[in-house]
This record gives sequence, C-alpha cells and structure tokens, in this order.
Amino acid sequence: MSFSISLTVNGTPREVTLEDARVTLLDLLRERLDLPGTKKGCDRGQCGACTVLVNGRRINSCLALAVTLDGAEVTTIEGLADGDHLHPVQAAFIAHDGFQCGYCTPGQIMSAVGLIAEGQAGCDADRIREGMSGNLCRCAAYHGITEAVLDASRRMGTDTEGAAA
Amino acid sequence: MNLFDYARPTTVEEAIAAWAPGASYLAGGTNLVDLMKTGVMQPGKLIDLNRLAGLDRIESLANGDTRVGALVRNADLAHDAGFARAFPMVAEALLSGASGQLRNAATVGGNLMQRTRCAYFQDAHSACNRRTPGAGCDARGGDNATMAVLGWSDSCIATNPSDFGVALAALDAVVEVEGPQGSREIAFADFHLLPGQTPDRETALAQGELVVAVRLPAASAQLRHHSRYLKLRERTSYAFALVSAAAALRLEDGHIVEARLALGAVAARPWRANDAEALLIGQTPSDELFKRAADVALTGATPSGDNAHKIELARRTAARALALAAIGTPKRMPAFPASLFGEHAHV
Ligand SMILES: Cc1cc2nc3c(=O)[nH]c(=O)nc-3n(C[C@H](O)[C@H](O)[C@H](O)COP(=O)(O)OP(=O)(O)OC[C@H]3O[C@@H](n4cnc5c(N)ncnc54)[C@H](O)[C@@H]3O)c2cc1C
Ligand code: SF4
Ligand code: FES
Ligand code: FES
Repeated sequence: MSFSISLTVNGTPREVTLEDARVTLLDLLRERLDLPGTKKGCDRGQCGACTVLVNGRRINSCLALAVTLDGAEVTTIEGLADGDHLHPVQAAFIAHDGFQCGYCTPGQIMSAVGLIAEGQAGCDADRIREGMSGNLCRCAAYHGITEAVLDASRRMGTDTEGAAA
Repeated sequence: MNLFDYARPTTVEEAIAAWAPGASYLAGGTNLVDLMKTGVMQPGKLIDLNRLAGLDRIESLANGDTRVGALVRNADLAHDAGFARAFPMVAEALLSGASGQLRNAATVGGNLMQRTRCAYFQDAHSACNRRTPGAGCDARGGDNATMAVLGWSDSCIATNPSDFGVALAALDAVVEVEGPQGSREIAFADFHLLPGQTPDRETALAQGELVVAVRLPAASAQLRHHSRYLKLRERTSYAFALVSAAAALRLEDGHIVEARLALGAVAARPWRANDAEALLIGQTPSDELFKRAADVALTGATPSGDNAHKIELARRTAARALALAAIGTPKRMPAFPASLFGEHAHV
C-alpha cells in the first residue's frame, strides 16, 4: 500500500509518495530528498545525530515514521543558513570549536536551535549541558559544544537565567 | 521492520473501531518504532493516534482534579507552569527521563505503555516469557544486575522503566480508558501488573483499549511543597534509572501529616510503599526516621539474580528522597532534575 504525503522541507513544499509506511523521516531525508546533512548514528533514539525540527520542535528523525508527519514543516541542517550567512548557532560552533570529526555536529546544532527556542536553559551552562544530553559526541567535544550553545544563546537574546520552572 | 497497514483516525471512536487483533496504537513512536526495527514488535497494523482531537489538553476539572490527555507530550506537561507548580515531582520525574528530543515526541499514554528495557526482551533472538509465553527467560542466569528485587516471579524478573509512572503511583493517579466495551477508569496502583505466571500481560488494559487521559486528584497537589524525585543512573542524564524514588510529605507544625513514597526500576510496576508511608505519619522528620521508613519499603525484597546491591541502593535512595522532600521542593526545577549532582542534591 503506498501513501502520499506533503511536507514543507526547509521552506520548500515537497510531495512524496512512500511505497509503504515503514520509511522513517531520517531515511526519507537522506535517501529520497537528497538531504544527507542529517546523520544516522544509532537509528534507535540513543545518540541524537538525526535531530531535526518538526514544526519547530527538535525530535529524533530516526524514530519518526514519515507517514505520520503529513502536513508538517521540517527544518534540517541544510535549511538553517541564509545563503552564505550562517545561523548564529552554526557560527558559534565554528567560533568555539564545537566539533572534531563533525559527524554529530548537524544533530548538535539542530538540537541547540531547538533548545534555545524552548527557552528553558537560558545562559546557564549546567542547564545547557542537561538540555543537550540527547546528543552524544564520540569525539567528546562537549566543552566546545557547551561554550558554543552558551554564546549563541546570549547572542540570540535569551534571558540570562532561563525561564522559571 | 515488518510490513504493516496504517490508519490515521481523527476521533477516539474511529481509533477503537480501527483496532483489530495484531494492531498497535502509535503515539510518539519512540518506543514502538524502536522495537519494530528490531522485530521485537511486529504489529500488522498501526493506528496513528496523533490526529485524535482533544487528547492533547491539560485541564482543571470542576472538582479540582487535573486531567492530562494521553497525547500531551512529555516535554509540554513538564514545562506547563500550572501543572509543574501543582505536581513538581511529576515534572521532575519527566525531565529526568530520556532527552529533550525524545520528550518532545513521547506522549503521556506512550510513556505509561512503554515496554521493559530488559536486554533479553529487547533482543528478538533471546528466550523471553514476556514476548513469547512459555519460551523461558534468558535473564535468569544471564546478565541480570539491573533486574527486579520486588514482585518478580520465576517467569520474569524485568522492571518497568518509566520515571513518570513512579511519580503517578505516589500521587494516586487514575488512568481513563476507552475501548470496544466502553469507558472505564483504572487506579494507577492496578494499572501495571506483576508478572506472576503471565508476564506477557503487562497492564490492566483489555485488548483494543486506549488510554485517553491520566487524572491527578486535587488532594495530591497538597503535597507540592515537599516533593522530590530522585533517580540513580549510570550517567547524569539520558539514562534509565538503576533505582529511583518519588517522595512527598505534608508537614504541619513540624510533624508529618501525610506521606507518599514510590520506588522505580525495582519491580515490573512502579512500587508504592504504603507501609513506609504509614510509619511516617505523626512523626518529626529525621534521617533516622527516613531510614526506618526505607527499611520498611524494602521489606520482602529479594535478589532475582546478581542484584542484591539494588536492595541497599533502593533503601538509600528512598531515605535520601524523603530527606530531600523534607527540605522542600526547590523554587526552580534543578538544572539536573532528580540527580545526585548539582544544586538541590544534598541533604
Ligand atoms: C534512548 C531512550 C532513552 C529513554 N530514557 C527514558 C528514561 O530515562 N525514562 C523514561 O521514563 N523513559 C525513557 N525512555 C522511554 C520513553 O519515555 C518512551 O519511549 C516514551 O515515553 C513512549 O511514548 P511514545 O508516545 O513515544 O509511545 P509509542 O512508542 O508511540 O508507544 C509505546 C507503546 O504504547 C502504546 N500506546 C501509546 N499510546 C497509547 C495509548 N494512548 N493507549 C494505549 N496504548 C498506547 C503503543 O501501542 C506502544 O506499545 C527512553 C527512550 C529512549 C529511546
Ligand atoms: S526478565 Fe522478563 S522480559 Fe526479561 S527475558 Fe525474562 S521474561 Fe523476558
Ligand atoms: S540516529 Fe537517531 S538518535 Fe541516533
Ligand atoms: S565531533 Fe566527532 S562525534 Fe562529535
């Protein structure tokens, strides 16, 4: 049984026909929509490499069946920059050496964008560490990642304490 | 992953009508899709609950109870200011679970229905009575250091992995259910079943029944000023509990007038410790008292394998959670919720 779904991916409307319902959003992006920036680490929700925004919220695309997302807006790492102008989180990862091999980086950046939008961590390093715990980094670039998210958070004008719980 | 049919109902009635033997309801998918990838679950049909109208609300009822729809996302519930104020222990338990991404997808209903993390259950090639009745249990005699110490049977020694459920057990939640036979309510204490000889029966839900909401009684909000969740894990965040405890107290004139205690990751269901609660009533908080209560909570605990250490770990976690609750609910959610590290972690 095939399914047709509509998605808006990085601002562009896409009509997709799925041969069957087993396709995850991660596989759809990488294999069908020519967007390999989103990475597959564990494929089981345990690493965060596949993090994307769906309707503005960060999720693990490896555990989301594409068919369930009919009508959704998806943002991937390819959709963050405005031409050559990097998103503040991307720029901060470069400025603070928030990576080594780079494999986890798209997921880290998308997760950080989601975290900052959630407004719970503010510019508190511990809250950022906790909020970013769903993204593992095999190279252990955690120090630079935390610094990058802190910096981006400040630049994006998040309040200094984070939202009151 | 096996091939399956897919249905996308928009009302609870349609969802229930779409159910047939072998079908599974799909919510956030963070547990079901994972288990389908490994072949542990092979539903013939997925009934996607995500478009069901009206199940994504947090409501205050006329009698003061709080009703949380089954599709409310774990993150949204934990960050709802009114909810977190009334039931801070529930918010802390939720935020100690999984990751920011997973909590954005995971739902209230799915969290309660999530399957055990027993490694042999998760491996389709191992013998598991819970997956295949009568197949045997590879966890007995296997790597079983994290398995149950309470309520287990020879058939199954697995634990329930939910953090949310531990707080709900402590606060007398009620699960609202709809199914082919109509609607009913299940007290949280009766929702998850101990394995006995039928570990494949995990909850009180009948075939095709759907969780539509979880209700928290107004009376449980009275415990909000002294209420904590404490969770031991192998790393500070993004890890399941080794053991956990939800503790809440109501104090008047320095005396405990009401107490709640539930333990997590020690049994096939969140373990409410009623006898320990009874012992606390009328007493003045002290470490010695909390230690005695924790001893009572673990009465009857026995190792199910290489896990005798979990009994002492659970005792100390329970006593510490009570001591943290006695100090008072932190004004703001700790940076590391339910953790032994950071602010609000020390007594
Ligand atoms: C890496 C990782 C780490 C995790 N860490 C933690 C942790 O530390 N603590 C913790 O508590 N949890 C943890 N989880 C588990 C997570 O909380 C659950 O996967 C999630 O809550 C399940 O919710 P869902 O909506 O995604 O359910 P789904 O995956 O959609 O469904 C799960 C099950 O519930 C059934 N179901 C769903 N909704 C209903 C309903 N309304 N009525 C009846 N049946 C229903 C489905 O049929 C299925 O069997 C972790 C998960 C992962 C992948
Ligand atoms: S402990 Fe229970 S879930 Fe684990 S293998 Fe044995 S029967 Fe299966
Ligand atoms: S690939 Fe999705 S979490 Fe690892
Ligand atoms: S930079 Fe190599 S895995 Fe993170």
